[in-house]
Amino acid sequence: MRYSPLNTRDRELDRFRFRIAFAAGVVLLCFTILIGRFVYLQLVQHDYYKTRAEDNRISLVPVTPNRGVIVDRNGTVLARNYSAFTLEITPSKVDDLEATIDALGEFVEIQPKDRKRFKKLREESKTFESLPIRTRLTDVEVARFAANRYRFPGVEVKARLFRQYPLGATASHALGYIGRINDRDIDTIERNEQTANYKGTDHIGKTGIEQKYEFHLHGETGYEQIEVDAGGRAVRSLSRVPPVPGNNLTLTIDAKLQEITEKVFGDRRGALVAIEPSTGGILALVSTPTYDPNLFVDGIRTDDWDDLNNSPDKPMVNRALNGAYPPGSTFKPFMALAGLELGKRTPQQAISDPGFFNFGGHTFMDDKKGGHGIVDMYKSIVQSCNTYYFGLANDLGIDNIARFMGPFGFGSRTGVDIEGESEGVLPSPEWKKRRFKRPEQQKWFAGETISVGIGQGYNAYTPIQLAQAMATLANDGVMFRPHLVKYITDSKTGEKTMIEPQPLRTLPLKPENIATIKHAMVGVNKEGTGARAFAGAGYEVGGKTGTAQVYSLKGSSYNRDKVKKDLRDHALYIAFAPADKPKIALAVLVENGGFGAQSAAPIARLVMDYYLLGKLPKGPASEDEKAEEEE
Amino acid sequence: MNVGEFLRRFWDRLIAHVDVPLFLITLTIMLFGLSTVYSATYDGSNRTAAQMMNMLLGLSVMWGVAQLPPQKLMRFGVPLYVLGVVLLVLVYLFGIKVNGSKRWLSIGITRIQPSEILKIAMPLMLAWYFHKHEAALKLRHYVVACLLLVVPFAMIAKQPDLGTAILVGAAGFYVIFFAGLPWKVIVGLLAAAGGAAPFVWTLLHDYQRKRILTLIDPSADPLGAGYHIIQSTIAIGSGGPFGKGWLSGTQTHLEFIPERHTDFIFAVFSEERGLLGNTLLVTLYLALIGRGLMISANASTLFARILAGSITLSFFTYAFVNMGMVSGILPVVGVPLPFMSYGGTALVTLFLALGILMSIQTHRMLVKK
Repeated sequence: MRYSPLNTRDRELDRFRFRIAFAAGVVLLCFTILIGRFVYLQLVQHDYYKTRAEDNRISLVPVTPNRGVIVDRNGTVLARNYSAFTLEITPSKVDDLEATIDALGEFVEIQPKDRKRFKKLREESKTFESLPIRTRLTDVEVARFAANRYRFPGVEVKARLFRQYPLGATASHALGYIGRINDRDIDTIERNEQTANYKGTDHIGKTGIEQKYEFHLHGETGYEQIEVDAGGRAVRSLSRVPPVPGNNLTLTIDAKLQEITEKVFGDRRGALVAIEPSTGGILALVSTPTYDPNLFVDGIRTDDWDDLNNSPDKPMVNRALNGAYPPGSTFKPFMALAGLELGKRTPQQAISDPGFFNFGGHTFMDDKKGGHGIVDMYKSIVQSCNTYYFGLANDLGIDNIARFMGPFGFGSRTGVDIEGESEGVLPSPEWKKRRFKRPEQQKWFAGETISVGIGQGYNAYTPIQLAQAMATLANDGVMFRPHLVKYITDSKTGEKTMIEPQPLRTLPLKPENIATIKHAMVGVNKEGTGARAFAGAGYEVGGKTGTAQVYSLKGSSYNRDKVKKDLRDHALYIAFAPADKPKIALAVLVENGGFGAQSAAPIARLVMDYYLLGKLPKGPASEDEKAEEEE
Repeated sequence: MNVGEFLRRFWDRLIAHVDVPLFLITLTIMLFGLSTVYSATYDGSNRTAAQMMNMLLGLSVMWGVAQLPPQKLMRFGVPLYVLGVVLLVLVYLFGIKVNGSKRWLSIGITRIQPSEILKIAMPLMLAWYFHKHEAALKLRHYVVACLLLVVPFAMIAKQPDLGTAILVGAAGFYVIFFAGLPWKVIVGLLAAAGGAAPFVWTLLHDYQRKRILTLIDPSADPLGAGYHIIQSTIAIGSGGPFGKGWLSGTQTHLEFIPERHTDFIFAVFSEERGLLGNTLLVTLYLALIGRGLMISANASTLFARILAGSITLSFFTYAFVNMGMVSGILPVVGVPLPFMSYGGTALVTLFLALGILMSIQTHRMLVKK
């Protein structure tokens, strides 16, 4: 078939135009797909992308509040914040971290430990956070860096608040310390639903009051909405919610008394808890040796930590709360009171002490050979006669003893407002059943009751339990929960919230019985075992010495070479003064201090002299080598 | 001859070879482009004035080219093509490597990108070739044309510059298509391309493969290759129906969008003008393409027809590939948005193409006469 040239040309043109139309169709289809895509993105998914765009540009920066300040009962500052310059690096803005740190070292001293700490911080944090490579820059270092800062994009000097304990080691076992937040702290924060409030916080109370009152001290984190660009640089502030500073704490502690008490202990290991009987407020909470909480604030150095942890004296253990010791003869006044209250003894009722006590074919010895002669209740306390209490314990029976002592707080945690308390042991047949697994061990033997009567045997109480019992007796049975914080001052309203303003309970004790015991305890310091320590005191003081057969702190292992020294008994002393209207009640423990009269009572004397008379001690309390042997 | 008369004549002469609809559509797109370049760069180094200069240069080129009748344009086909290919060989031998690809050739004072020449030279050359063999087009002519297409395409793709290679390849293919490549062959080629895809995959550079994978799942590499697509998609989506307003795009001004005034300018436009602006812009491109196809359909010679058709579809390719890539439905390739993106070279090339279209349209009557 042949076409004329014209026809061919028309056919060609038709064919071409069809292709043009086809192309137009493809174009239309493609553009329709595009429009469909735009409709999907800009209408259907608009809200999603709008949020994504907002998330891109708005960064919520937490503004950390100032931590509450802690002061003692007289306003002496125990924990405060101070502002210092830190050199901080934002890793995401720095190309070569190592090189940058090396270069910074020319202007600011950077030690290997700073690098180590920085490395650890990096592992724990997000890359866009600014992390300190050095803290507490000197003014010279700040100036040197400032002159060269143009060389270090992503590195800045920042003013940050640091915690400081101006009295150093004083009261550290009560105050505790703060440290960097770790995984366990994060759990605590989450449990308390404080996660949002801790966004910008990197320190948290680890022990003591700093830990217990963490959520009071912390304050409310503020927020600043900042517009940031793609490089994470802040462009402008959109809005700001200022932080609310933490609440301030006023303690019941008397910092000066605390300081003096720690001093009079010298290098002895031990504990002292002094309580204001009319309120339960703790005037001094001492555990020696102590440590400097300032070491922990920036993250403790490894060698410091090893020193504290490996010391045989265990400075990190709070003996006042954690150590449980047999009370020895300090238990006797309470035994005597039980005898009176339960009608098993009268004050006048006397025994003739041969120097031993026979029970069930077993002989319990008194410390004094030949005995104390005719012993009534007064003499039994003043001279600390064991035989009197062997019989009393037997007459009372273990169930009555346990029932009477329990309400004084023996063998249960006092609930003081810091962590780390031991329960101690108030022995009873029920306790024994709980304590032991094998049936033959679970049985209570009547003979075991006898040694309980003189504060030995299974008895074990913490110094704070002894102090609480002493304070309760001194306060005529009106019992308070011991506490360290007097009141919390709200940082917003200035409102004060008292801690433990009400007594815990009032023990139903007969006033004449209390008077009898107090009178005998005063006698201890006049003519008995405490007389040498309190000679010429100038105030009336009731007390009782005690000596506990050694047994080391739970969980600690003593050096075998030192066994001899450590076999010395623990010295104990409880006291209250002035006797008629007690302002202070205390319990002293000196580990391996020998007799109570020998090393514990002299400490109490110096503490009372300062608290009641304002007399400053010249140095650590001396040991009274001539103190009468007792028990 | 009074002044008014002179002005009228001057005006007549000035617009004698200007296709007014084409010009007005382009002008509107250009104004959108200028305002967007301003928004994308005013808080940094402002490129608006420079872009205006580029546009003036481009307009002059367009006007100049439009004065030449298509027969004269045809003469440039072979020399331009040969020049382009020779320069590509020189690039291969002596080219400057920037960011891992060898695209530029230093010529003393400045450096040039020879692949840009091929964008025009390719359709010109192939249109000339088909025109020459118009009387008796055989399958072998298509084969030769394909060879003429594939050699520079492969060289550009090898630089590597996938964006330009696609544009050059597409321009050439459109010529072959409009020259009447049998449908059977087209379908066969498409099938072969589908079959060859796995093989091509192995030939692609790592970064090219990554871009394709990124398209499928941008979130797989949010800070690396996926970042551009994620941020531009957020910009478009957050623009909503009416946009955030001129100069108010947060993705733009806080620098989340990369290449804001060049390849990703559409994200800026879309964020600030919304779906309404997008629809308007797509409509303008559609009008530009529609006008181009009309010119093509009414052209008087085979050369003019297939050249106009190819150039018009090239505009479509630019626009579609760019908007598709910015909105996340096509892989990221370096293709500017025509008459919107900042950049002198691309703009001059585009205006040159526009000038050719105008030449074809305005010399049509003369040819018929």
